[in-house]
Amino acid sequence: MSSASVDDHSAIAVSDLRFGYGSGNDILNISGLQVGRSERVFLFGPSGCGKSTLLALIGGVLVPRAGTVDILDTSISAMKSAARDRVRANHVGFIFQQFNLVPYLSVVDNVCLPCRYSPRRLDRATESDGSAEKSAARLLDALGIDAELRARKSTDLSVGQQQRVAAARALIGRPEVIIADEPTSSLDMDRRREFIDLLLTECDQSNSAVVFVSHDASLAEHFDRSIDLTDLNSATSSTHAA
Amino acid sequence: MLRSIRNTLSLVFSSLMNRRGTAALTVASIAVSVALLSVVDRVRTDAQTSFANTISGTDLIVGARSGDLNLLLYSVFRIGNPTNNISWSSYQEIRERREVAWTIPMSLGDAHRGYRVLGTDVGYFEHYRYADDRPLTFAAGEPFASATDAVVGGEVAAQLGYSVGQEIVVSHGLTETSFLTHDDNPFVITGILARTGTPVDRTVHISLGGMDLIHADGRTDFSAIDNDSYEPEALTAALIGLHSKTAIFSLQRFINESESEPMSAVIPGVALQQLWGLIGVAEYALYGVSAMVVLAGVLGLLATLLVSLNERRREMSVLRSVGARPGHIFAMLVSESAVLALFGALLGLAVVQLGILAARQYVLAEFGIQLSAGPRMFDLYVLTGILGISVLVSIIPAWRAYRNSLADGLQVRL
Repeated sequence: MSSASVDDHSAIAVSDLRFGYGSGNDILNISGLQVGRSERVFLFGPSGCGKSTLLALIGGVLVPRAGTVDILDTSISAMKSAARDRVRANHVGFIFQQFNLVPYLSVVDNVCLPCRYSPRRLDRATESDGSAEKSAARLLDALGIDAELRARKSTDLSVGQQQRVAAARALIGRPEVIIADEPTSSLDMDRRREFIDLLLTECDQSNSAVVFVSHDASLAEHFDRSIDLTDLNSATSSTHAA
Repeated sequence: MLRSIRNTLSLVFSSLMNRRGTAALTVASIAVSVALLSVVDRVRTDAQTSFANTISGTDLIVGARSGDLNLLLYSVFRIGNPTNNISWSSYQEIRERREVAWTIPMSLGDAHRGYRVLGTDVGYFEHYRYADDRPLTFAAGEPFASATDAVVGGEVAAQLGYSVGQEIVVSHGLTETSFLTHDDNPFVITGILARTGTPVDRTVHISLGGMDLIHADGRTDFSAIDNDSYEPEALTAALIGLHSKTAIFSLQRFINESESEPMSAVIPGVALQQLWGLIGVAEYALYGVSAMVVLAGVLGLLATLLVSLNERRREMSVLRSVGARPGHIFAMLVSESAVLALFGALLGLAVVQLGILAARQYVLAEFGIQLSAGPRMFDLYVLTGILGISVLVSIIPAWRAYRNSLADGLQVRL
């Protein structure tokens, strides 16, 4: 392991990536972006700079026009869509700004959701805690969602509580990459800090790399490294999405 | 694979439970359409069986010249009225032919409290067959012996509360309350027939002598009639059994071409076929309407699925973000449709079963149709049919959801 090159230790590696929607201009042009394993990266960028598009490329939902996206040193940009979906299910946990939970599933079922699509994450959760449900309970406990809250419908939880449930779901089965897209923007200042602390502690526990995306530069202090997407992206046009 | 199916189904069930209001309505509309189709088919085949079971073993029905159907209807089903009579001598002529094994004379035209009265002889109880060659049996008592004896069908006895030994009055004419009732000529019930599920149950049987007794209007003293050898002047119809089936057509021709008087001889099976031909049009119309209702049920299902798609886009993209493939989303919608259709169809068929158990007695008493309970092949066809169609139409919303999930990626902007 020690003899491996730096590249062999990256969680995410993007190189010479170009992307645009349909036949439009490139909105992303990134010559290189690397996130090491267990590294905590803060990705800063204002609205419309292509953050969500970049995350969709890393998640394997979009395919670049040129260049490569590697997850755990495997190029997903060359894969077929089903294989990309499998990589996402097995190795990447997502937390979004809002509407993270499936309304008709219980809190615990929401957390266990990735284990339905990824046998690997189910195995890893079972290995560490005995079962996916036990693993979910442990993560929810650690994130401050106690048994009383777990019994509620997921839609009856506060936004902050929902975000913590989403974090537990991203973490279950210890995926190597956690991508948090503005997860704290619906929370107030105190809750933000608390949430980031809890998330980072749990990511440390599972040795997951974190890419934390926000337009709020003041959160950068919690992370190993901060990247400004506007510096990284050399495409001239930008997305006009919110 | 199995795990994936289980996952999809458990998600579908949770999702449907979350929308149980609309889901229940969809299931109900499918259930109604399936129930309708199942009932139509059941009533049709049961009616057909009941009709076909009414007469068995009789080779020819003979009556005054008329349409085959008319003859069948009034002689066997006691529906409608005979146009004319046949003379006793013609009846005798037929009876004495070599190929004829037995004959049953029938004299119709009177009623007892709404039930038809049939004048016949004791051969009726011996030779009449219904269903699969089943003979008439007595629930109580025995055949009539004298001109003032009567044997009532199972339903007559049950509905009017008659028992053996009771005296009844038979009126001339068919109305329930006739002016011409003869309290001075009462009949005595000597026997009650076991139920057959045929018009026999709704018939009061008396001897040919008894029949003339009603019409004689008290002018003749019939009490001294030798009932066994009594010969009336005319009959309404006769049922004929032959020694060998091969003689049917020649005898039929002989009767149809009879020079003594115009007569018709019909083969019961052939006349029944004509009856189906007539009823068939109405049957197809009923099937058509039922099929339309099923179509409406399925379209309702399709509409529900399509409407749900937009409000579920977020849910779908969350599923995508945790690793669901577009194929999973597609499978989810197809299974949802299948689950709704399956539950709807099962509910509909269950309702039909319960309905039949509840209405059976009534339908038998009122229409003489023996409804069969229990699942049957047609129900299975309906079940698989509606399941197949529902899965087929669900491809439309499933495909849209599939496209949406590809376009929306991991986050929907709504």
